[in-house]
Amino acid sequence: MSLIDLANPSRFLKFAERVLPWLAAATAVLMLVGLQQVFAAPDDYQQGATVKIMFIHVPSAWLSMFVWGVMSLAALGTLVWRHPLADVSAKAAVPIGAAFTFIALVTGSLWGRPMWGTYWEWDARLTSVLILFLMYLGLMALWRAVDDPSRAARAAAIITLVGAINLPIIKFSVDWWNTLHQPASVLRIGGPTIHPSLLVPLLIMAVAFSLLFLTLHLAAMRNEILRRRVRTLRLLQASAARA
Amino acid sequence: MSALAALIRRDVLVSLRVGGGALIGVLFFLSVVVLMPFAVGPDLALLKRIGPAILWLGAMLASLLTLDRLFAADHDDGSLDLIVMSRTPLELACIAKALAHWVASSIPLIAAAPALALMLNLDAAATIGVMLTLLAGTPALTLMGMIGAALAVTLRRGGLLLPVLVLPLSIPTLIFGVIAANAAASGQSPFGPPFSILCALSLFGLVVGPLAAAASLRQGLD
Repeated sequence: MSLIDLANPSRFLKFAERVLPWLAAATAVLMLVGLQQVFAAPDDYQQGATVKIMFIHVPSAWLSMFVWGVMSLAALGTLVWRHPLADVSAKAAVPIGAAFTFIALVTGSLWGRPMWGTYWEWDARLTSVLILFLMYLGLMALWRAVDDPSRAARAAAIITLVGAINLPIIKFSVDWWNTLHQPASVLRIGGPTIHPSLLVPLLIMAVAFSLLFLTLHLAAMRNEILRRRVRTLRLLQASAARA
Repeated sequence: MSALAALIRRDVLVSLRVGGGALIGVLFFLSVVVLMPFAVGPDLALLKRIGPAILWLGAMLASLLTLDRLFAADHDDGSLDLIVMSRTPLELACIAKALAHWVASSIPLIAAAPALALMLNLDAAATIGVMLTLLAGTPALTLMGMIGAALAVTLRRGGLLLPVLVLPLSIPTLIFGVIAANAAASGQSPFGPPFSILCALSLFGLVVGPLAAAASLRQGLD
């Protein structure tokens, strides 16, 4: 079966039903392994045990941007090919991305209190992630305000693509401005600057979070397809009852 | 070219005449700025310090208020469909409409700024700084806001969504506008870099705004 076959919603549903249990199981196993590694990891010599917040914070922050990237690809699918499955993918990803962004903001501020002495600092990285969060909420409002799904999809796609400008700003904000938030220490030219004893659990957690997103996204897409079918059936029923 | 000139002329005239509502923005600007001293207290030293920020916030909210007039009236009377179908590229028509909207609604805000600056105890340097930054920054607000206005006009109940969608896009303009205005007021930090970024944001809006607005009009009005 090639990837293009999945563009058919019925085949996609079958595929999702088959893959979801395995994905969920893999997510659970990796999450458990990752958490075990996190608790086994040594404390940082400066930060003490608060360094463990990083294992939740960094994967959520990565995913908050990754999800917007997925939505931007889906937006291209909506605008260029007008494919209904792209609409469904974009719609299903929004609340998940908002949740990851929220987790990143909350864990970051919980870490900031003991380390920086403040829950919140208006520096470029924090502000740009907050803008990302606001745009997620705006997109959710947009999806809820319009009753015609394909019209909502096209409007949301344009906002998503405009909002994608924010992604490089978030990524490079720590390099362009002198921020309180530390610069990149994993994905950087010259290799990571984190000690392997902390880097390995972080990477495991990152993979586990990505699988979590994949699982949630597939499940949400399945639900959205079913929801749309129910809606169509209801409309058909209503028009049949009137006739 | 003459079609675009006619469009600009028509839009400016329509929005300045009775029923146009462009000058309501100035009234709103005045109200917001007058409310601030009631909220923070009539402390002239404090008002002098936060005055540029108050003026910027007021101007931004005022330009947001009139934003839905950009396409709504044309959509109601059907002329928007004619503009979309005409041979003039829709992107250029969007730039023309944005320019007309900016002239009719943002220029009055900039003109009103000195009078309001007096009430906030700003000195001459700060007033000129605020006016310069508003002149450089309000095009960005109009051009990025045009995307939201174009989306709102294609959706029912879109008016409620407009501020939610547009405000996050306006945050960078507000940040650098206030930084530059404060630099001009205090003279302690350099005025050039934030002002250049402000100009860059407007030029950036000139590229992105009309493209996205035209795309959403084409997608939404069929």
